[in-house]
Amino acid sequence: MLLAIEMALIVEKLVLIVVVVMASLGIAMYTTFAERKVAAILQDRRGPNRAGPFGLLQPLADGLKLFFKEEIIPDFSAKFLFILGPALAMLTAIMTGAVIPWGNQIHFFGRDISLQIADVNVGILYVFAVVSLGVYGIMIGSWASNNKFSLLGGLRAASQIISYELAMGISLIALLMLTGTLSLKEMVVQQQEGYWNFIYQPLGFFIFLICSFAECNRTPFDLPEAENELIGGYHTEYSSMKLGFYLFAEYINMFISSVIMATLFFGGYDIPFLNEANYDQNWMALFGVLALMAKVVGFIFLFMWVRWTIPRFRYDQLMHMGWRILIPLALFNMLITGALILLKQNNWHF
Amino acid sequence: MEALTNRLKQVDRRKMSFLERIYLVAIFKGMMITFSHIFKKKPTINYPEKTRPFSPVFRGLHILNRDEEGRENCTACGLCAVACPAEAITMEAAERQSSEEHLYKEEKYAAKYEINMLRCIFCGLCEEACPKDAIYLSETFTPSDYQRKQFIYNKEELLIPHPTENPEAYKKALGNRVKREPVN
Repeated sequence: MLLAIEMALIVEKLVLIVVVVMASLGIAMYTTFAERKVAAILQDRRGPNRAGPFGLLQPLADGLKLFFKEEIIPDFSAKFLFILGPALAMLTAIMTGAVIPWGNQIHFFGRDISLQIADVNVGILYVFAVVSLGVYGIMIGSWASNNKFSLLGGLRAASQIISYELAMGISLIALLMLTGTLSLKEMVVQQQEGYWNFIYQPLGFFIFLICSFAECNRTPFDLPEAENELIGGYHTEYSSMKLGFYLFAEYINMFISSVIMATLFFGGYDIPFLNEANYDQNWMALFGVLALMAKVVGFIFLFMWVRWTIPRFRYDQLMHMGWRILIPLALFNMLITGALILLKQNNWHF
Repeated sequence: MEALTNRLKQVDRRKMSFLERIYLVAIFKGMMITFSHIFKKKPTINYPEKTRPFSPVFRGLHILNRDEEGRENCTACGLCAVACPAEAITMEAAERQSSEEHLYKEEKYAAKYEINMLRCIFCGLCEEACPKDAIYLSETFTPSDYQRKQFIYNKEELLIPHPTENPEAYKKALGNRVKREPVN
């Protein structure tokens, strides 16, 4: 009997893993399409509209093209590491989806199924750890290419991520002091009952947002690939699907950080002004997932909107902003939050 | 010093205020500008489905004209070839047999008539030179092909569709342009 339950759990989790991985791949695929469409619309163009209705098959055509491109591994590269780079980038990008609560519990086949692969009690730390690992993909790939432009791109990526991870972490600490938990699921439940964390932590959210732009290597922080100074940056030497993996990993990262931001600050799968308990559980879970996706779409649009508006920072500006503006600001935010929490525990008496 | 043009603009070297220094206002303004472009009309024309309206004097690919009964107008006089500054036109003349009166308007006709569209500069001088109303520049443009030799259009490719056997295609080839009166 115990074994049967265990089997069901394994099957349930396996299905969930497959769905989450496939969904994040599919969403990343259509994010590339959306990127081109949004860019086109913001620039008074039409964007891809030839492949399929409204150009909807364009990402498939792009993927197919990448698969058929010639696979070039430079003679002077470290072959094993050269292949490891994009693989690692892709792997870490997909791995982050594991701890994200995609929706509420659903009741299916007589079982309560949580729409989360693993409710780890250090969920947000896990996300941070894996995202930081992601830079190894870029570093290793750029180092293995044995090309000065690649190496420069890789160095930039590494230093950029280290600089902004700090501010991001500190802004998160303020949030953790507020919620008192590291589990993403817990945070969502708290926000369902109370207000969204964005209301308590507007500055924290703002710092987090800027840092996630930097973490995803998105404009205005896309210095690692700065195509007009570094050719292609870390993926200069890459071609075919290995290049595709790098680009794809970037879009998955963008998707995941949108999900993280929605979960941490905007209530995750919470539908505002609605008491979920009054309605059917399964339907509410479904609408919850849709609500999360709507928030994510909003964030992804913001990513693109910013990309097609602002030019890239200069490198010293980037470092200046990371170390001398965002980190002090995040520390300040943390202090204020701490002081207020302390005051509240003291019933607003000094 | 007096400026030479009215485009002179003094560079503002004042220290930036705090709001300017954090850039957020400027970024927000920029984002509003890009956002407003979402609602702007797109100037792109979806080309193969839609084409730009042509002026009535547009000069596209050539057509060789027929009369109302479908007989070829061209008499292979060679005036178009002489007028052609790009030397794109070649032709060979032949004499009409008595059994061919329904094919050719006059007793001499072009057995071979070729225009090299890669040489042609679409100046329309052939059209002006033609005394028999036989050659016109149509509204068709952007010929495309895989090989250079396929750009040498022969008579069959240049001839307008037959007006009685294929009236719709004939009408289409004529286009909806106003027939111009010859300028003297």
